[in-house]
Amino acid sequence: MNVVVCVKQIPDPAAPQSFDASHNLDRSGKLILDEADTYGVEMALQLVDKAGGGEVTVVSMGSAADVAGLRNALAMGAAKAVIVSDDSIRGTDSLGTAKVLAAVIRRAMPDLILCATESSDGYTGTTPVQLAELLGLPSITFAKSVTVEGSTVKVDRQTESGYDEVTAPIPAVVTVTAGVVEPRYASFKGIMAAKSKPVEVLSVADLGLASDVGPSGARQQITEVVASESRAAGEKYVDEGDGAEKIVAFLESIKVL
Amino acid sequence: MSLSNIWVVVEPSNGTLTTTSLELLSHARNFAATVSAITWGDDATALSQEAGEFGATTLYDVGPLNGALPGVPVAAAIAALIASQGAPDAILIPTSYDGRDVAGRLSARLDRPVLTNVTGLSDEGGLVTEHPVFGGSQTVKARFTGEGPGIIVVRAKSFVVEPTEGLAATVVAAPAGDTGTAGAATITTSHVEERTGPKLEEAAVVVSGGRGLGEAGKYALIEEAAKLLGGAAGASRAIVDAGWVPYSHQVGQTGKTVKPTVYIACGISGATQHMVGMKGSKNIVAINKDADAPIFQIADFGIVGDVHKVLPALIEALKARG
Repeated sequence: MNVVVCVKQIPDPAAPQSFDASHNLDRSGKLILDEADTYGVEMALQLVDKAGGGEVTVVSMGSAADVAGLRNALAMGAAKAVIVSDDSIRGTDSLGTAKVLAAVIRRAMPDLILCATESSDGYTGTTPVQLAELLGLPSITFAKSVTVEGSTVKVDRQTESGYDEVTAPIPAVVTVTAGVVEPRYASFKGIMAAKSKPVEVLSVADLGLASDVGPSGARQQITEVVASESRAAGEKYVDEGDGAEKIVAFLESIKVL
Repeated sequence: MSLSNIWVVVEPSNGTLTTTSLELLSHARNFAATVSAITWGDDATALSQEAGEFGATTLYDVGPLNGALPGVPVAAAIAALIASQGAPDAILIPTSYDGRDVAGRLSARLDRPVLTNVTGLSDEGGLVTEHPVFGGSQTVKARFTGEGPGIIVVRAKSFVVEPTEGLAATVVAAPAGDTGTAGAATITTSHVEERTGPKLEEAAVVVSGGRGLGEAGKYALIEEAAKLLGGAAGASRAIVDAGWVPYSHQVGQTGKTVKPTVYIACGISGATQHMVGMKGSKNIVAINKDADAPIFQIADFGIVGDVHKVLPALIEALKARG
């Protein structure tokens, strides 16, 4: 079974973030594999392993100047990576991204496509479903478990009140929530092997999608960025065995108790 | 009022419309001469009263989905409505498990962009959306530049629910038609997990736990404190990622937005990812052993201390009060 995992290299969320002059997220620093994507990579590796054959391909869009994040996925065990990268993609929206990913995936349709529920930087959360629609495939979002039996994918899908068991014929697009599996750490052997695994770099022109990307393809603009109303720090006490008591008194003062 | 017509996707849940759906209907009335709603399931006639009360004049009914996930059929029905009677100025959709599916499907189907995580919406000669970024420290304002309809996905608790004197909305059938392979994802069994107390997004008190709890088993303390306060239990992304609690408990950028009377953060350092989901709380209490944790910068009341000592003591104190 062949599985494609859509992944994104993002600025480290722990580092301070800012916009550039065009109101795009500043991505000039070091990029890492979005932690949210490591769950999909792990799930894909386990599914392929269970099926007894096939491979995992990671597909991405973004700057290929730094592919350490993709190498991380390869070190975990993915067989190869494809990244669409050129200057014209700055400012591409979620639909444009889905068009690019769809064009890459159409070249060799896998049995299953896995994505995170949303990226940790842009967190639009619509790209996987847009991708499924463009490919004419069923989609199941917010998976908390994924199994494949024959030509059917079975998913436990998170709901407001519990979860639903959902099935779909494959190929299908499935988005996985964090915590669905425990992502493995890349072994030293894996890291060494990743260095020689193929990373294919494509341009938007290679895919014939020049007019769908960038700010003009996005058909939306940021008009303004303003400071939000800020909150001030209030009282702070060091617990000396009376912390709980103090909280109770505070809850009384705001009439919660 | 520069817009003539807004459509709002309203989600059914146990015979009523979700609160976020009502928030969107209420707010849409500020901009558009006519507000129409789109729903699905078996209850459209029953829901037409509520939809009308909150401002919709027409309720388009996709009808029973027979187990299909709503994303594909609801988007197909909306696309068919647009083909037959023209597009509205904008389509508002609640941020929810199914709402985002509808938005994504519709966006690709119509080839129109979508703006998500919207927390504010105003009419400035066309709709302008607001999106919190960088932990909610800044707000991005955006607008569509191309041909409509713009698809706008709005987070819970962004707008106030306000009823009108409106009569029941007129129910109009809006079937999805054949949705083919794309629509083949089907629910075979639904599991409802026991929940006592209010929903996370609607609770007046939210007690949330983070990595500072140390281990999954300690989350029971969060649930107990929440129960004693008549509130709901939340979580930081870190412990959801670690598999301690399900995604449905997650508060933050990639989780839920909560605005309770009081939010009690236990062992949560206050990553920007988390803060954006709770900084709108009326009061914030934080318990953390690190005096420099960012959470204290926005907490009205902070206790620098060991959550393993303070939280059990708080539970005992609450129990003692009966």
